[in-house]
Amino acid sequence: MCEYKFKTTETAWCPGCGDHNILDALRQTLEKLGKQPHEVLIVGGIGQAAKTPQYINTNGFCGLHGRALPAAVAAKIANKNLTVIVNTGDGDSYGEGGNHFIHNIRRNVDITHFVHDNQIYGLTKGQASPTTGIGHKTNVQPFGQFNQPMNPLLTALSLGAGFVARAFSGDKEHLIEVMTEAIKYKGYALVDILQPCVSFNKINTFQWYNQRVYKLGKDYNYEDFMTAVEKSLEWGDRIPIGIIYKKEKSTFHDNIDFLRHGPALVDHDINIAIVEEFIKELF
Amino acid sequence: MSYNILIGGSAGQGVDTVAAIFEKILNKTGFNIFTIRDYMSRVRGGHNFIQVRFGKDKILSHWDELDVIVALNEETATIHKDRLKEGGVILCDVDVREDSVFPGNSKNTKNIIFKNLSLKSKAKEIGNIKVSGTVALGALLKILSIDCKEIDGIIHGFFHDEIAAQNIAALETGRTLTDGILNISSPNPGNIPSNQNILINGNQSIALGAIAAGCKFYSAYPMTPSTTIMDYLASKMHEAQIVVEQAEDEIAAINMAIGASYAGVRSMTGTSGGGFSLMVEALGLSSMLEVPVVIAEIQRPGPTTGFPTRTEQADLKFVISASQGEFPRMVISLRSPEDAFYQTVRAFNIADKYQIPVILLGDQYLADYTTTVKPFDLNKVDIHRYFADETSIDINNYKRYQITETGISPRIIPGKIPGATVLVDSDEHDEYGRITESAEVRIQMNNKRLRKLKYLEQELIEPELLGEEESPILIVAWGSTYGPVYEAVELINKTSKTKVSALVFGDIWPLPQKLLMQKALKAESIINIEQNATGQLASLIRECTGISCNKSILKYDGRPMSSKYIFEELIKII
Repeated sequence: MCEYKFKTTETAWCPGCGDHNILDALRQTLEKLGKQPHEVLIVGGIGQAAKTPQYINTNGFCGLHGRALPAAVAAKIANKNLTVIVNTGDGDSYGEGGNHFIHNIRRNVDITHFVHDNQIYGLTKGQASPTTGIGHKTNVQPFGQFNQPMNPLLTALSLGAGFVARAFSGDKEHLIEVMTEAIKYKGYALVDILQPCVSFNKINTFQWYNQRVYKLGKDYNYEDFMTAVEKSLEWGDRIPIGIIYKKEKSTFHDNIDFLRHGPALVDHDINIAIVEEFIKELF
Repeated sequence: MSYNILIGGSAGQGVDTVAAIFEKILNKTGFNIFTIRDYMSRVRGGHNFIQVRFGKDKILSHWDELDVIVALNEETATIHKDRLKEGGVILCDVDVREDSVFPGNSKNTKNIIFKNLSLKSKAKEIGNIKVSGTVALGALLKILSIDCKEIDGIIHGFFHDEIAAQNIAALETGRTLTDGILNISSPNPGNIPSNQNILINGNQSIALGAIAAGCKFYSAYPMTPSTTIMDYLASKMHEAQIVVEQAEDEIAAINMAIGASYAGVRSMTGTSGGGFSLMVEALGLSSMLEVPVVIAEIQRPGPTTGFPTRTEQADLKFVISASQGEFPRMVISLRSPEDAFYQTVRAFNIADKYQIPVILLGDQYLADYTTTVKPFDLNKVDIHRYFADETSIDINNYKRYQITETGISPRIIPGKIPGATVLVDSDEHDEYGRITESAEVRIQMNNKRLRKLKYLEQELIEPELLGEEESPILIVAWGSTYGPVYEAVELINKTSKTKVSALVFGDIWPLPQKLLMQKALKAESIINIEQNATGQLASLIRECTGISCNKSILKYDGRPMSSKYIFEELIKII
């Protein structure tokens, strides 16, 4: 094994799984950004992708299914000096954790959310996820899955997300570019990363994605909201990857003076004298 | 000697404000106070009342018999008139008809004084119909012969400018509408007493305790009767520099608190039984990750929505066993606002020391009653975080879950020690936090986590002994019934031939057993007094010690037990 600063370890993922490339892209991105392992926190919920914190030398938090986002944003609120990244799957992010996905876009804490979107449940062996296509047959949906698939990019845009992107695990170089921009972005950044599941998704394979994805060109204006909405709807024969939308917005920390200007919350001294003042108000 | 005043009306009539001003006046005059609030779960209309009990001595419970009813509507007089003492007073507007409150001759049996006063018309004269309650308050103060020189200052604490002036005028006008009836002498007439008490409720005490303990992050989803903790903390957010965030649901609330705690700040969440049900999985997460968290569970009657604004102690067995698997946790039931403050501080210390979830178990009664207490002594607030630093760990080989004799492993703040990273996992893990399926490691880790309980048990606080040092009759109770039980025991021991002793538990899980074993040995009869239907403390005691309670006083109508109620029930069975 190579000796990188962000040393990665042997994984329990299947050979050929898109997660391998995502993990390596993440490692390279962090190296490129000049981060130190102790400055980074990677958070996962439950699922194959959610094991990412186990396999890379950073701080890691593997919590509950669907609950990566609440833990991650709160860790960032507690210590703004940490670089907080969520690596977790489509089921964890959009299914079990759907409510947190919605409201943490609104909250806009400065974290990065990498969704390993293989359009299937891997850990539980192949049931439909919120992004599984219509007609896709699984053990639990033997006659096909007929619920309208979720469009995470459009959802994020509609909720006012300031950084919305899509990437493909099969194009590592591009993935690193997108990851870098997402981590650098001040605020909640969503990157939906398309990846094959070699064991349970026989439809959305590497070839399936590879034939369809195309990179957004330099002429693409990611600051225009309506263009972004249009791009987020493009799915099928051609699937755009890259930064779909990016705009500066005030973050959670910006809205609270003592978080924006003061030291990190974790570095605050305890101010017992203030309690004396509060007690006086009760006379 | 204490007096008991009921102020009632429909929601939106200002009952709460009138009572709050009344309480402030009583506190500034040096009285001890105990006030309960009875709300219906609605924003307008319905029947709401507040009972203010006050006197020169310490008061620990509400009382059922009334001296005065301030009826802002007729319903208030009709519903509560039977609780008036001989010669009691009903103070109401002229539109409340005496013959409809007392049909026939029913009032004469107790010589009730019915005071029809022009509250609304006087308020109109002042130019604000909304101050009719304050006119009533002025009349009430006159009836009680209470004078307070601080009134202007108090009113300005509630209202601004013109509205304050109107309320002051209303108080003055109210005074002219009646004569004195009860001649109550003030403890410190005209002066602010030097040893003045603060006026506080249980939830404010929890919130203040959290700030004193250095809590820096509070995330919760609104749920009665826990929301006032968040209200208080939110109002102090900038001064105390504590982040208070309303979460999208209770699952988020507790997972956020755990995330912030992982990153090194003291964190807390609060809810009632329904919200706690949603937090259950994360309760186990806190214990499995060994990331401390403090959870205030403010009980209300269940199951499900139950009685949203009322009280019960029926979540005890739920909170001590909630979540899958076996893991250490602590449950502290809160006995009074004073106790709530100091125990909240202690909960943070214990959570940090053992790296476990600590549940503070309150209820609507304790959450909402206000009482006078000595200002909290901040010298008693000791804060211990129990973090390891670079000198106490091997930076190149940091083991977050190092197996130790106490089961407590060195915890560091992520990001603070270059070279050392903190990996936590809800999967069973090894000493580094890495996922494992090893049977051997599983046993080691399970034992390590559970071993912490053994050490925690050594620092449990035994229940408070009330009444006789030894008695053939032993009462056991827990949490918020402390005050009513205290007064009931005092009454029994003063008035009855049979003397009793009582143990009231604060620390309740793990169950402290030493004092209980001692006292139970000498007891012929053990009576559990609980605000639930099944006797959950009795059941817990039996499970842990084999000791059975042979008699019970149980109440589960959503209304708190008063000391008088407990006294009368005890008389029947001892």
